[in-house]
Amino acid sequence: MRYSGLRVIKEALTGHKGWQPAWRDPEPQAAYDIVIIGGGGHGLATAYYLAKEFGQKRIAVLEKGWIGGGNVGRNTTIIRSNYLLDGNEPFYEFSLKLWEGLEQDFNYNAMISQRGILNLIHSDAQRDAFTRRGNAMILNGADAEMLSTEQIKARYPFLNTDDARFPIKGGLAQHRGGTVRHDAVAWGYARGADSHGVDIIQNCEVTGFRIANGKCTGVETTRGFIGAGKVGCAVAGSSSRLMSHAGMRLPMESHVLQAFVSEGLKPVLPGVITFGAGHFYCSQSDKGGLVFGGDIDGYNSYAQRGNLPVVEDVCEGGMAIFPSFGRARLLRMWGGIMDMSMDGSPIIDRTETEGLYFNGGWCYGGFKATPASGYCFAHLLAKDAPHPTATAYRFDRFEKGRMIDEKGMGNQPNLH
Amino acid sequence: MIINHPLLGPRDSAEFTYLGDARLIDRPDWQSQTAARDFYEYGYLRENPAGWHEELWFHEAGDRSWLVVTRNTVTHEISKVEMARDVARKRGRST
Ligand SMILES: Cc1cc2nc3c(=O)[nH]c(=O)nc-3n(C[C@H](O)[C@H](O)[C@H](O)COP(=O)(O)OP(=O)(O)OC[C@H]3O[C@@H](n4cnc5c(N)ncnc54)[C@H](O)[C@@H]3O)c2cc1C
Repeated sequence: MRYSGLRVIKEALTGHKGWQPAWRDPEPQAAYDIVIIGGGGHGLATAYYLAKEFGQKRIAVLEKGWIGGGNVGRNTTIIRSNYLLDGNEPFYEFSLKLWEGLEQDFNYNAMISQRGILNLIHSDAQRDAFTRRGNAMILNGADAEMLSTEQIKARYPFLNTDDARFPIKGGLAQHRGGTVRHDAVAWGYARGADSHGVDIIQNCEVTGFRIANGKCTGVETTRGFIGAGKVGCAVAGSSSRLMSHAGMRLPMESHVLQAFVSEGLKPVLPGVITFGAGHFYCSQSDKGGLVFGGDIDGYNSYAQRGNLPVVEDVCEGGMAIFPSFGRARLLRMWGGIMDMSMDGSPIIDRTETEGLYFNGGWCYGGFKATPASGYCFAHLLAKDAPHPTATAYRFDRFEKGRMIDEKGMGNQPNLH
Repeated sequence: MIINHPLLGPRDSAEFTYLGDARLIDRPDWQSQTAARDFYEYGYLRENPAGWHEELWFHEAGDRSWLVVTRNTVTHEISKVEMARDVARKRGRST
């Protein structure tokens, strides 16, 4: 069923009796051509593009819980393509372009809002670094604008640019950045994939791989063995756990990141703003809640909840830049498990086992990557060759010394 | 989280800095035939288990000693805290 304004009116007039479930709930078949593990944003997008763009058939997505219950439904919904390095920026710009056409493409309202993102600058050194980053973005076909303190005053009058401790010396703006309704991304891709014949199988945990003579022939699941020509893994924070069943150790640690939402307020914050002197970023949802976050907790964790020292740190950052927000009450907070890689950048690659492919290492920035990650992983699965924007996301880059380390932190996952 | 420091008693984990898997104590032999591969694995590959994990914590805002903390990454329960120096000595890494 196609969604449209006309359809809404028709249903309103006929008692909303014509709506159907957005996707089927099929029983798993004995075998598929391609099995995707993980019904998060990346897994669902991969299945969608495999079926729609790459003409693949007999595809299943296996999800251990319900789709959208992982990080795709836990993130702070920011999309942007303001990266510095060559291995990253073309990929993230490709992703932003896909976001721009996504709602029409999959016929679903994902509330994509290009309200802009502003990275504040508080020192001369930071201005140099952000100017360089802005130039790198422009060279890769993205948009970037350096704003002066005066321009910031005019656009964001509530910011105190003369603060004695953290004066605002300017900002790097990407006007095409913004926010998206995160659950709707999972639902839209699920519905789109389903309408192209993909089986989305929930409550189906993969517990092992069947590997014979170096080739993966299927997966063991809580709902029995499922044969597969190719298997694509996209399980984010569970990557190490899943791939250990194939005898792999990954260049990754799992860490928890927390998110926070305040009570609903009238519009106070246009766009996304990041504080440059501490780790704090904030946007306001369409419902009015201030959505914000900061650092990861910093130690390996598989608990989908965080600890209080980071709550304090995030709120201190928030109070430093938006003292007025101190009067808003915190409504909800939660955590998600991040696949923090050794250089802060992702992997979309084959493994040493034939027929087994891997997508992960998204750290805390994988939501914005969802469309391009799905598209590039589908490209790899269908053609056995990396998409041109994802050629650097290889497993062997750590051994070969070709790290993509945006922050220059080295092999210390909790610092990326 | 409270870390029971062997010398100082219970301390708030916020006083510590986290480094990672305590296997970092087992630095490979640089003269080995397989040194390049060994250092790659040492530097970049991790077990990253869901469950018990031995890890290095540095008491940065305290006595600046390194500890090996055995912690459950699912529940945050801590079962053992040792001085990293003692662990390294036991493994023949330090004198
Ligand atoms: C608090 C927070 C804030 C964030 N903010 C942002 C942001 O502002 N911008 C941004 O770009 N990114 C952000 N991120 C990161 C982003 O959410 C993730 O990088 C991205 O969602 C990961 O990809 P995914 O959607 O496929 O993951 P998930 O939704 O986690 O999908 C993985 C799925 O795999 C399933 N799974 C795991 N193991 C198995 C198994 N054995 N068998 C079957 N299924 C399995 C899980 O149940 C899960 O549903 C944030 C993350 C968090 C937690």
